[in-house]
Amino acid sequence: MKDAKGGFVLSNSPLTAGVAAQRLGAEAYAQNFADLQPVLAPHEARVAADRCYFCHDAPCMTACPTSIDIPLFIRQIATGTSDAAAKTIFSQNILGGMCARVCPTEQLCEEVCVREVAEGKPVEIGRLQRFATDGLMAKGVHPFARAAPTGKRVAVVGAGPAGLACAHRLALRGHEVVIFEAREKAGGLNEYGIATYKTADDFAAREVAWLLQIGGITVRTGMRLGRDIELANLQAEFDAVFLAIGLGGVNALHAVGEDLQGVRTAVDFIAELRQTADKSSLPIGRDVVVIGGGMTAVDAAVQSKLLGANSVTMVYRRGKDRMSASAYEQDHATAAGVRIIYGAAPVRLMGEGNVQAVEFAYTHQGANGLELGERFILQADQVFKAIGQTLTDSFIAKDGAKLVKRAGPVWAGGDCATGGEDLTVTAVAEGRDAAEEISAYLKGAMR
Amino acid sequence: MADLTTNFIGIKSPNPFWLASAPPTDKEYNVRRAFEAGWGGVVWKTLGSEGPPVVNVNGPRYGAIWGADRRLLGLNNIELITDRPLEVNLREIKSVKRDYKDRAMIISLMVPCDEESWKDILARIEDTEADGVELNFGCPHGMAERGMGSAVGQVPEYIEMVTRWVKTHSRMPCIVKLTPNISDIRKPAEAAKRGGADAVSLINTINSITSVNLDDFSPEPMIDGKGTHGGYCGPAVKPIALNMVAEIARSEATRGLPISGIGGVTTWRDAAEFMALGAGNVQVCTAAMTYGFKIVQEMISGLSQYMDEKAMHSTADLIGRAVPNVTDWQFLNLNYVTKAQISQDDCIKCGRCYAACEDTSHQAIAMSEDRTFTVKDDECVACNLCVNVCPVENCITMVELPKGAVDARTGRKVGDYANWTTHPNNPSVTAAE
Repeated sequence: MKDAKGGFVLSNSPLTAGVAAQRLGAEAYAQNFADLQPVLAPHEARVAADRCYFCHDAPCMTACPTSIDIPLFIRQIATGTSDAAAKTIFSQNILGGMCARVCPTEQLCEEVCVREVAEGKPVEIGRLQRFATDGLMAKGVHPFARAAPTGKRVAVVGAGPAGLACAHRLALRGHEVVIFEAREKAGGLNEYGIATYKTADDFAAREVAWLLQIGGITVRTGMRLGRDIELANLQAEFDAVFLAIGLGGVNALHAVGEDLQGVRTAVDFIAELRQTADKSSLPIGRDVVVIGGGMTAVDAAVQSKLLGANSVTMVYRRGKDRMSASAYEQDHATAAGVRIIYGAAPVRLMGEGNVQAVEFAYTHQGANGLELGERFILQADQVFKAIGQTLTDSFIAKDGAKLVKRAGPVWAGGDCATGGEDLTVTAVAEGRDAAEEISAYLKGAMR
Repeated sequence: MADLTTNFIGIKSPNPFWLASAPPTDKEYNVRRAFEAGWGGVVWKTLGSEGPPVVNVNGPRYGAIWGADRRLLGLNNIELITDRPLEVNLREIKSVKRDYKDRAMIISLMVPCDEESWKDILARIEDTEADGVELNFGCPHGMAERGMGSAVGQVPEYIEMVTRWVKTHSRMPCIVKLTPNISDIRKPAEAAKRGGADAVSLINTINSITSVNLDDFSPEPMIDGKGTHGGYCGPAVKPIALNMVAEIARSEATRGLPISGIGGVTTWRDAAEFMALGAGNVQVCTAAMTYGFKIVQEMISGLSQYMDEKAMHSTADLIGRAVPNVTDWQFLNLNYVTKAQISQDDCIKCGRCYAACEDTSHQAIAMSEDRTFTVKDDECVACNLCVNVCPVENCITMVELPKGAVDARTGRKVGDYANWTTHPNNPSVTAAE
């Protein structure tokens, strides 16, 4: 559309009613979905690294699910050898580049940093990790070489963080790996489930390509377990199987009106957003309501705002202290203009055809769990559900229970497996450790 | 408010902070600005003989080492004495001194080691109305290859001889600047005193290579693929300078000889330390070259506040106060027993004390499951390493055991003062019996 003088004008604005695309100008989209926190400049990295005390038996290292030798890699940065630092990181966590971007460091390494304890200002471990890993990856160098071929073949189901970490470690040990991935691209949640600004410039895909440089790994996309492949066949064809299929299901609200138009899962919304090059083409509501209190809810809420929604409200049924999104994430959301309502649960979604509003009830802790109290209505032309994910591949899971980590020559890891938090870094640790177990098993050490 | 004025060998200045003979004092423009900033005196960059001036390299003249956040800790230089014509320097010195009569103006000199050369230069500077001369027997690079600078300063007989020439041919107060590139700083100081010097100043720079270029395999600063040793200065050299100043201040042969303290003075505190060890004033260079002339304002305000807090009325109350407490190892009290104590309130649980003690010292710190660090009194020798590596100031302290208390490590009671000279393990004590 052009104005009277022939200049382009926006076809829509944040105030346009309903669900609409192109609410913002092109520059705003580019800016909103660019790198949230750019990589440190070399001098900034030196200064940040100088703050590390090189603690004995460092708490940060203990807090890291992949046990990266953090004091060592920071000292390597401080002494001008950041490629060596990157190798220190990658030797424990081959997805150290992504973890540097998405790890809730404020709840892990940086939370226990002695300088956080002492001064409330931790060493910027995550940003230093990104400095080192980005530097080495930018050179296109892969710092590991495979061991001599063992002749053993392992099937890895799922090309998310757990599957990739497992495959890389298996390849490193000389085994041959085939990864079966249900989607079109490898990467799992790194590719489909994380906010764009945390992994800008197609980083997830670049990281996968870099990881595969180890060799010995074949990725077969579009292969869903139970549809295109069967576990029994994999067991027959391969010497071992690693299942890292993630959590494919999304919990339902069990509220009236859940099937109205404009109501969808936050997971689907984020996946679509990640796979859309031109963000201006994505329709978004004027009044968006996100139900849930985790990272996915935050990512959906913030990105709704960044797409030009006029008002975005996140509603979580419990208190702030129970919210699984960290304080840092909550601050990030509110700074982006998201309003967070704590202690309210959806009662019904209202509208005809399209959702128009959501009725909530304030909650309080009763004898038999949460009890509902006073009600209120939020206007909404789009609602995202983000109240947790479950394992749905019913042929494996019984009652949505997670998989046990090891059952015979079949291992499981990542979000689909029991134990650990559902974090990228935890998935990497589980994939890596399963690979070592599989490797030992294949060598006959585990009979 | 404390009186910072000093009278150093008859030369008065409003404060004890002088700029040392170095690049900052090479010309009128700089020196005027330094005086405007508040510096009490200036030692003009070393003049050479009449004739074509020396030349400098046209590549880098300085090398450096840095601490955290690129804080400059040590600087070295391969710059020579002034490369400007003698008459220009003399004219400018006179011009500045005429306008700043309350400030000290010292001229640094370095000419060939013969009496005529010295007699000649002294005659040339008479007219400038400068307050005194400083004999540069210190520069370790370049000029030393030509038989000047530290080549003179390393031979006490030459120092004595040249100083005598200067005192014979000039009535100006004479400061002899000493090189630290010798094994016993007392010898050149004694020689200067014998030659009639009014004071010594020290230290000049230390022979050094600050770093090696690991791509081109040359010392830094690198000139066309080669490097040479330069003179090292800045905060890193302060401990060496403090010791040399103290040695002269407490030596019987040189006691009472006025000292101008030089070497890494960066803050008022550094200056106060030099003065407590016997320096009548201090000379500064690297700090000014790092931060500019303005730093003198902090030095003035800091020294004033400190002296006020200590009820010192003039710099004379400070100068030499620590000298009586500088002693030989053999006189240290072997019955002074301390134990490290870790404040659990202040501890941030980094574990550096543990790593240092466990790996490199006496295994005297225990670490619990929950990272609580405690000192094992029965192992602690009070070496102080834990204090030095702890990132939190005053978290670990050395607590003195009172007399009569039992040292858990040795099982012995803390006794009265006793030193090595009477210790039963001392072979010379046994020999004397």
